[in-house]
Amino acid sequence: MTPALWSLIWQSTLQTLSMVLFSTIFSVVLGLPLGILLCITSPESQGGIRPKPVLNVVLSKIVNVLRSFPFIILIIILFPLSRLVVGTAIGTKATIVPLSIAAAPFVARLVETSLKEVDRGVIQAARIMGSTNNQIVFKVLLPEALPSLVSGLTLTVINLIGYSAMAGAVGGGGLGDLAIRYGYQRFKPMVMLVAIVVILLLVELIQFIGNKISANMMKKR
Amino acid sequence: MQIELKNLVRTYETVHAVEGVSLSIPSNEIFGIIGLSGAGKSTLVRLISLLEKPDSGEVWYDGKRVDNLPEKEIIQRRRHLGMIFQNFNLFSSRTAGENIAYPMEICKYPKEKIHARVVELLDVVGLSDRINAPISTLSGGQKQRIAIARALACSPDILFCDEATSALDPKTTQQILALIKDIQKKMNLTVVMITHQMEVVRDACDHVAVLSEGKVVEQGTVKELFASPKTNVTKEFLAHLTSNMKSVREDGVVIWSDDPAHYVLRFLNDKVDTPVISDIIRQFDVVFNISGAGIQKVGDTKMGTMVCDITGSKKAVSDAIKAIRQRGVTVEEVEV
Repeated sequence: MTPALWSLIWQSTLQTLSMVLFSTIFSVVLGLPLGILLCITSPESQGGIRPKPVLNVVLSKIVNVLRSFPFIILIIILFPLSRLVVGTAIGTKATIVPLSIAAAPFVARLVETSLKEVDRGVIQAARIMGSTNNQIVFKVLLPEALPSLVSGLTLTVINLIGYSAMAGAVGGGGLGDLAIRYGYQRFKPMVMLVAIVVILLLVELIQFIGNKISANMMKKR
Repeated sequence: MQIELKNLVRTYETVHAVEGVSLSIPSNEIFGIIGLSGAGKSTLVRLISLLEKPDSGEVWYDGKRVDNLPEKEIIQRRRHLGMIFQNFNLFSSRTAGENIAYPMEICKYPKEKIHARVVELLDVVGLSDRINAPISTLSGGQKQRIAIARALACSPDILFCDEATSALDPKTTQQILALIKDIQKKMNLTVVMITHQMEVVRDACDHVAVLSEGKVVEQGTVKELFASPKTNVTKEFLAHLTSNMKSVREDGVVIWSDDPAHYVLRFLNDKVDTPVISDIIRQFDVVFNISGAGIQKVGDTKMGTMVCDITGSKKAVSDAIKAIRQRGVTVEEVEV
């Protein structure tokens, strides 16, 4: 391990962090509204407050299709979109596009599940007080589900760290990329080991922070 | 607010249905709706409170039909309804005070007004010191008090109590009922109280309707219902009330024996003071084994309850019972 390699590890770590950060933001921006929609349009028996059976089924199918795509294939399919959005199909920036698209349906399902776990009695209470559907979503469902949403977000970030490592396979940059190019293709197992340890530490750190926030919220309830 | 229900029907595949309920709920009193689980109580309350639309039939508030209003007006109408529940249904993401503030927030009250009203309501329910308490730190009774304060926040004209005391112990139940009665008088509320507990009807309600299999099978004043129950469903509720007795109960009925008691005798008002039992023993060859008795007050009427066994030849017993009934005393057979 030379100083040059260490600096490479540092750069790759920053790349991974920025990929994960931005794709988390974009996947939440896409997935949160989708998840809310999935929840409120579901049949009343499942806690839907504005049942729209057809829309619900269509959205649900789209989410399932996106979720069943192997990520590596999704990256390739989304090359044109990446080119359109960021001007290039390779590199860290370009990888944020497929990462966000891959994580968005995952986020949507997590949001949907979290919201559906909110006690129906509480929703009924809000409704009889004359809450509009918007008020139920923003003043009841989301705040009530917040600890569970935070756990879901933690899970998403950790998943994205894993996905971002895969992006290395198509020149996406980051720790995964480093591990493959140096560790595997240039026979430097130490680089691969260090990259893996860094990823491991990142995952542990995120999980720790997520658990802390979630637990703190529960303590105040 | 007077409520009129006209032939309400709501059927489901899975949930218990309401099959043609017509009721007139008078203004400014506590109206009980009692029924076993599965009788359709919850569905009925969802219909009266405009949470659900009936398949057919009508709901009228103060001479105005409300079940067919457009959604926007229904939302406005609901803002003047209050409801409390068996499971309290408080928002765990909000403190006690913030829970009470919620209905005022959605009605867009100004902030200072909300705070003042929260303080005022906490005082009404006797929890002034718990304004910042997280919900999980409150006891069941305290939770229901907060729920009551929340239901009253926007000065409703109807308060629905859906099994509001079913999750509470007897002592807390009495406290909550006393609070509801107090509030009803002070705020001129119409209270609709859904329950499966006869005790609740006895202690809190003025009028009562008995619901069974989606239909009203009996209704009247609570006094009438206790003195002369007509249907088996009602008798069952009353029998349950007495068979629950153990030693001294809060209502004054004392049980002193575990001997099997097959009969419950109910004496109303003037009969309470006449020597019915002595007369019967002289006339018929029967023996009374009294295992419990007491006097309850239902509203302003005195009612004597006696739990006993009557033994003798079959004929003597049935003749004796007939004679007791002729004297205006209600006799119920209880399965032991």
